[in-house]
Amino acid sequence: MKTNKLETVTLIILLSIAIVVPFFFGRYLLSVAISVLIMALLGQSWNIMSGYAGQFSFGHAAFFGIGAYSSSILYIDHGISPWIGMIVGMIIAALVGVLIGFLSFRYKLRGDFFALVTLAFAEILRVLFNNTKALKGAGGILIPYKTKWTEFQFASDRTFYFVLLAMVVAATVFIAVMSKRKFGICLVAIKENQDAAGALGVPVLKYKLIAMAISAAIAAMAGTFYAQYYGFIDPAIVFAASISVEAIVPCIIGGAGTLGGPLLGALIIIPLQEISNSIFEEVNGLNMIIYGTLIVIFVVFCRNGIYGRIIRKLKGAES
Amino acid sequence: MSILKAVDVCKSFQGNMAVDHASLDVEEGKITGLIGANGAGKTTLFNCMSGYYHATSGKIVYKETEVQHKTAQQLCHMGVARTFQIAKPFGMLSVLENTVVGGFNRAKNRNEAYDAALESLKLVGLLDKKDTLALLLNTGEQRKLELARALATKPEVLLLDEVMAGLTPTESAEMVKLVSKVNESGITILMIEHIMPVIMKLSNKIYVMERGRMIAEGLPEEVAENPKVIESYLGKGLEVEAC
Repeated sequence: MKTNKLETVTLIILLSIAIVVPFFFGRYLLSVAISVLIMALLGQSWNIMSGYAGQFSFGHAAFFGIGAYSSSILYIDHGISPWIGMIVGMIIAALVGVLIGFLSFRYKLRGDFFALVTLAFAEILRVLFNNTKALKGAGGILIPYKTKWTEFQFASDRTFYFVLLAMVVAATVFIAVMSKRKFGICLVAIKENQDAAGALGVPVLKYKLIAMAISAAIAAMAGTFYAQYYGFIDPAIVFAASISVEAIVPCIIGGAGTLGGPLLGALIIIPLQEISNSIFEEVNGLNMIIYGTLIVIFVVFCRNGIYGRIIRKLKGAES
Repeated sequence: MSILKAVDVCKSFQGNMAVDHASLDVEEGKITGLIGANGAGKTTLFNCMSGYYHATSGKIVYKETEVQHKTAQQLCHMGVARTFQIAKPFGMLSVLENTVVGGFNRAKNRNEAYDAALESLKLVGLLDKKDTLALLLNTGEQRKLELARALATKPEVLLLDEVMAGLTPTESAEMVKLVSKVNESGITILMIEHIMPVIMKLSNKIYVMERGRMIAEGLPEEVAENPKVIESYLGKGLEVEAC
């Protein structure tokens, strides 16, 4: 019980810092903070499906890209506000998630095989969008700059920051509530042992699909934000494997299946990446080397991530 | 009256008959034992009866309904719960949360589920450990947790797969008491067990399996004196096999 309280207090302090900090940040630092939050949001999305429910996804870029493209195409071609486009994107992503999940689980794919299916789906979507004229092809979409809040555009980056922060907080609160309820507890049971969970009457397939739908919807939300903030998307960016990696890495470093793990992970990785990029300016792809090294180190020495390890220690000491 | 029965059940894995035309009756309110050497097919038959496997042929009947096509999850809703031979605790959940997963099976709301969970934890004597992470439990406690979880689903029939495995004699004696207590509370039990004194003491009726077939059934004393059973456990008199 004590651990839970400590966790809540820590997260609230973190949130207060996140609210105050942008007022002291310049353009550059604000853009770094936004990168941190995008990664945190993607991480929380991945966390639900893979951290809590244990269904490892290698293809979160699929949902991210669907979110980015749904809102952008609706906006450019039909003049529909990206706010509505975002919701449409979330629904489409959730449906695609359920479809991928149903096809995979129906044929009893688990673990690595399931992860490969998700990876394949993201790649298929990338190729599909690259080669379909109706979907703007490889040229991508440039979103006109309008600075009207009704069209998900803001004059100041600070407003973008707060909108994104609200999304991350919403996702985190959702997970906090979920993890204490029937759905969340049963998801962990499914992760730990699917057969034992089924034998206790947990509707395994249904819960896995719901987890995928929610996870996909949150990733799509991040996709729409990305499109609106950066103003340009193309298949090579939003369906890239690196987006999928960005969803996974913060969870591995911070701790998958924990409330604050992805947040902590994103807070560590992005600054580290920025620092290394500025020190080794001429070395391209150094961030990938850092990712790789970190993942290896964490998988070998700190399986539960930093946050996960602390929580375990505290809970162990409590009992 | 039988509440759960297997009728002429076969289960083959790529032509290998693990269960070969086996029939078994579980009488309501009683404890039925299932014994046999390693690899005799006990757990496979068990898995067929709990919906974990689907029998290749034959019928599983629960309360006059054929259930051989039901999944474990559906059977659990109907009132057939099981424990696993190797305890499968959900390590990252607390003991209470582990049990509440079972509690949700029949509960209409959260409180009911937690009440069912607390009640069954009290019965098995794990109440003081309710906030401990399940991965921190020792083997004996893990077995008890396994039992508590199954009980929290409010079953009518409970299938116990070697609940004594890996327990110390003291823990084992405790578990025997626990199983009788569960049975006295009105839950029918079918159990697989290797420890003969335990199964002899607890069971009202015993079935014996060998190489997928049912070779004997009857009261514990009858079975213990059955020459086929003795042969299955101790081997034939003078046969010498190269090993």
